[in-house]
Amino acid sequence: MFRYILRRLLIAVPSLLGISLVLFSVLALAPGDPFSDLVSNPNIPAEVALALRQKFGLDDPLMVRYWNWLTAMVQGDWGYSFISRINVETLIMQRIPVTLLVIGSSQVLALCIAIPVGVYAATRPYSLFDQIASTLAFIGFSLPTFFTGILLILFFSIHLDWLPFVYRADIPETGWRFFWEHFKQMIMPVTVLGLFQAGALTRYVRSAVLDIIRLDYVTTARSKGLSEKVVITKHVLRNALIPVVTLVALQMPAIFGGAIVTEQIFRVPGIGSLIISSMLANDTPVVMAVTFVFSTLVIACNLFADILYGWLDPRISYN
Amino acid sequence: MAGSTLASPTTNSNSLEAKSTSQSPGREGWRRFKRHKLAVFCTIVLCIIVFAVLLGPWLWRVPINEIDFNARMQGPSWSHPLGTDDLGQDLLARILYGGRISLAVGLAAMFIAISVGVVIGAVAGMSKGPVDVFLMWITDLFLSLPALPLLLLIFYLFNDKLKKLIGPEAGVFILIVAVIGGLRWMPVARLVRAQFLALREKEFVEAARALGASPWRQVTVHILPNAMGPVIVAATIDVAAAIIAESTLSFLGLGFPPDIPTWGRILFDAKDHMDVAVHWALFPGALIFITVLTINYIGDGLRDAYDPRRVL
Amino acid sequence: MNESEIRRLIDQVRDNGISRKQFIRHMIGAGLTVPMAAQMLLTSGLAQAQTASNYKPTKRGGGGALKVLWWQGATLLQPHFASGTKDQEGSRIFYEPLGAWDADGNLIPILAAEVPSLANGGVSRDGKSITWKLKKNVQWHDGKPFTADDVVFTAAYAADPATSAYTSGSYKDVKVTKVDSHTLKVEYQKPSPFWADPFVSAAGMIIPKHIFESFKGATSRDAPANLKPVGTGPYKFVDFKPGDMLRGAINTNYHEANRPYFDTIEMKGGGDAVSAARAVLQTGEYDYAWNLQVEDELLVRLEQGGKGKTSIIPGGNIEFIQLNMTDPWTETDGERSHPKSKHPILTEFAVRQAISLCIDRDGVQKFIYGRTGIATANFLNNPQRFVSKNTKYEFNPDKAAQVLETAGWKKGADGIREKGGKKLKLVFQTSINSPRQKTQQIIKQAAQKAGIDIEIKAIPASVYFSSDPANPDTYTKLFVDMQMFTTTMPQPDPEIFMNQYLSDQFATKANKWLGRNSTRYSNPEYDKTYLAAQSEMDPVKRAALFVKMNDMPVNDIAIIPVVYRPRVSAAVNNLVAPLSGWDNDLWLLKDWYKNT
Repeated sequence: MFRYILRRLLIAVPSLLGISLVLFSVLALAPGDPFSDLVSNPNIPAEVALALRQKFGLDDPLMVRYWNWLTAMVQGDWGYSFISRINVETLIMQRIPVTLLVIGSSQVLALCIAIPVGVYAATRPYSLFDQIASTLAFIGFSLPTFFTGILLILFFSIHLDWLPFVYRADIPETGWRFFWEHFKQMIMPVTVLGLFQAGALTRYVRSAVLDIIRLDYVTTARSKGLSEKVVITKHVLRNALIPVVTLVALQMPAIFGGAIVTEQIFRVPGIGSLIISSMLANDTPVVMAVTFVFSTLVIACNLFADILYGWLDPRISYN
Repeated sequence: MAGSTLASPTTNSNSLEAKSTSQSPGREGWRRFKRHKLAVFCTIVLCIIVFAVLLGPWLWRVPINEIDFNARMQGPSWSHPLGTDDLGQDLLARILYGGRISLAVGLAAMFIAISVGVVIGAVAGMSKGPVDVFLMWITDLFLSLPALPLLLLIFYLFNDKLKKLIGPEAGVFILIVAVIGGLRWMPVARLVRAQFLALREKEFVEAARALGASPWRQVTVHILPNAMGPVIVAATIDVAAAIIAESTLSFLGLGFPPDIPTWGRILFDAKDHMDVAVHWALFPGALIFITVLTINYIGDGLRDAYDPRRVL
Repeated sequence: MNESEIRRLIDQVRDNGISRKQFIRHMIGAGLTVPMAAQMLLTSGLAQAQTASNYKPTKRGGGGALKVLWWQGATLLQPHFASGTKDQEGSRIFYEPLGAWDADGNLIPILAAEVPSLANGGVSRDGKSITWKLKKNVQWHDGKPFTADDVVFTAAYAADPATSAYTSGSYKDVKVTKVDSHTLKVEYQKPSPFWADPFVSAAGMIIPKHIFESFKGATSRDAPANLKPVGTGPYKFVDFKPGDMLRGAINTNYHEANRPYFDTIEMKGGGDAVSAARAVLQTGEYDYAWNLQVEDELLVRLEQGGKGKTSIIPGGNIEFIQLNMTDPWTETDGERSHPKSKHPILTEFAVRQAISLCIDRDGVQKFIYGRTGIATANFLNNPQRFVSKNTKYEFNPDKAAQVLETAGWKKGADGIREKGGKKLKLVFQTSINSPRQKTQQIIKQAAQKAGIDIEIKAIPASVYFSSDPANPDTYTKLFVDMQMFTTTMPQPDPEIFMNQYLSDQFATKANKWLGRNSTRYSNPEYDKTYLAAQSEMDPVKRAALFVKMNDMPVNDIAIIPVVYRPRVSAAVNNLVAPLSGWDNDLWLLKDWYKNT
């Protein structure tokens, strides 16, 4: 196992490099450029646009640009945003706290809903509880977030006027009012995102538990007189968790840039909205930096999931 | 997780219907599926939707793009059974027309995602060592790719060529299905691989190996049927996700032209007017929901029908 | 409207036969801008009307927080690198120019002590030099005094090609010299009819010499002050998160008494226009929202809540359709839409006329844009529903069908007309934008009735409006048959605006499609008139020349103006915010206050 981990870690570095090369090429070849505003503005002479393209090396060949980016990255210089002339790290660091708070909470919420509900529904398949839970789960993932978000805004902000719907990252209040204000503005985005993810996750948990719960050893455990709770937590869950672990590991990186629509609707200044506005403005350094961090997270989370499999099911071996 | 021995008999004491005549697993499965009332009901509903969408435009002949400024945002009425949108266009006609595309995109993208995912996951799960590592690297690569620039790039590279080959609408359809399906296979692959990692060490697989089963037979006959649980869930989720993804694409200008009324597009157009024209968003939303619901229960029924442990 | 008619109207104003306002309305009807009309009166010796200030508060501060929503958030705070209005607005909170344009087109002094004119000797007789007198006792936010050195420095900074400033166009041909600590002279190479370009409005924000002088030329982009501005404006910089949030606090040493009213200002970015409108008009979470590109009926519905109102301010933007005069579908010399090629269908006047008859401008105005888009027949600014004598519009698909029929285009089996084996099929592109897509649909449907088949194409705005030479979907390339977008006139003077129909401005491969003439319209008469207007010092003669230029591409139907787009914003009921269509929204931020 240890050797497996070591091998995987060693491979992670070249695989990350490979991914970064593909990412960079995709970004470089995709249409659009950062100086689009210049073109539609009649006051800006054409030479300015050309000079800027040259200055930022936009007309250099692909491999040259990639090499420059890579050498800078290795030295800790993540680059300079074309659009806001600010260090990319600063830009990202400004957004991380909000991202972790809002998007992170929604992931936690999704897990807290999905696991208990999924397990309970699986212990009583096709019962009323199961039907209702499944229906709610379907509603959760068949309605797009832009729709549920606006629905909530219309109801809670406009009709009832209970909650603000524009997210403000710095609230000047202090003390418990600070927390209260933050909480109020977080409820809707976290709910929208959390319910969307909980829907799918519940179905997976239910399916995974259903697979296990009919097995003989579970019947044995029950007939030994163990309480249902012990049966579930000690015998069923651990084996049912393998698909769930896979999914959670797949979902984790999405915190860093996945909740684009929700961030857009509620104006949450997270990494998702940073990435979409940079992509639309063709601000390559920012997009490259964010996707690079994202791919590191993907590789790390999947590696962690693979290690967890080994712990959850001792029969799994990698040799 | 798939088990080793048969579970103890469940409720049905009429299981003495077990016949002496042997039946192929397929027909056996079909017979059991028919007994799963909910699944049968959902199959019927899904068939109704599919037929409505295929034949509807011949039966309900109101044009989809007839702009009538006097009939804007009206609720359901005899001349417009599902109401109208803000340009006065009839919603029933638009939903029927767009349904073909939405359903086709949803189902096709789902099939691509599932097939690619199952194949890659199975191969990775069965082999150890370099093949597994390489396939997982590809999976990680696809997971890291940022969707938007990739989509822009693909459309930019292939749109014109495909348009010339097979016409604008078919070309866009293929691109969209390829892109949506092509970016959703990764979770399926990882799930299948996880199932395989656990299943291939189980005794019944070992037994099959001892009996001389080739790896191909081990996979198709023994392991894969037991790994289908998460795959079926993924399939249902993918249909919904594909329909929604298409609407997001069209919002960004990368999907079908904006005058094509796919369900996701209608929902998107309606979102700002929900306070005065609820019907506009309600009907496409409900249809997406029902489609997803029926597919899921059909999937459940299929799984229960083929599950050797459950006696129906 | 020709020169003598204009002069007659000016005389009438002089004799008090008609009011200034009426004169301006006549000029607008002919297709000129408000500031041009105002300038004509100014140079004819008719003094500027003094706009009375409505500013009521009697002390500085105490107004609490001002919260504004800019749904495209500012990404940098240096006015000379501001490529779009969002960045100009962000900078305008902290920096100020010497003068600015109000809603009536009058030049208002901000950092200047008074507006230069012939009467006070600020404008020289030969039109080649302008003398600005600066306000005294103005301080930068860090306490240092504001002097003519800063103004001279700003000009040199912007003009330096190594800086690559976006405002360099206004400064590269002028010579700026300091006369004394609060006076400076601007000299032009040729007599400039429209001299109020450098140091005025968005391109004219003055930056402090003592902060920026170590960051000139090549190092200009590294200046920390690019993100932490030090200006003379009513608010001081507090915090900035690009694309998200910009905060300022009251400048207690501001150079005008009793101003500003608010203690802090917060500019939030992100999201979309509809939710921005809701945040002001329905929940009142924010006091002001900018640039609401939203369907008017939605705005009207939101206003019914009674919490706020929308402001519609006339400006110079026009949504129009361009018809390609060249052939985008075949390559000539390896280039599509080559200026030498001719479009197989659109070079026929009857076809262009038919297309123009299929545009239901009134329908588009009534059902899509509402108050935010007013049907027009003129390219050059027509805000009132004055129909210019020279151009008019008509919506009549039946007549279009007739025109095509007589020209020999017969309907084929599929309802599409054809002639000589060519089908009347066109590809029509625009950017992704809900009102635009609806307009496309309306046009497509009407055209179908006349037998024209239009295929709709919608491109993401970031791709459509980019300058990437490798991308075939940019609007300057026009690799399809027709396109539609809004062209903006950021300056009140139309000279730069009108250069998009010159023969030497063709967008071609050679200039990487950075030329501005994307229809490849070529008319020697137009080129001649333009040259004449460039050197014409007499504003009246000049105006007449511009009217003539407006009529040419419109009557040749190389372009089809659709609606004229005023600027739309929303504010809560008790906010008093003087707005101008000829300058940034925040041009007079110092005078904003709330009625209590």
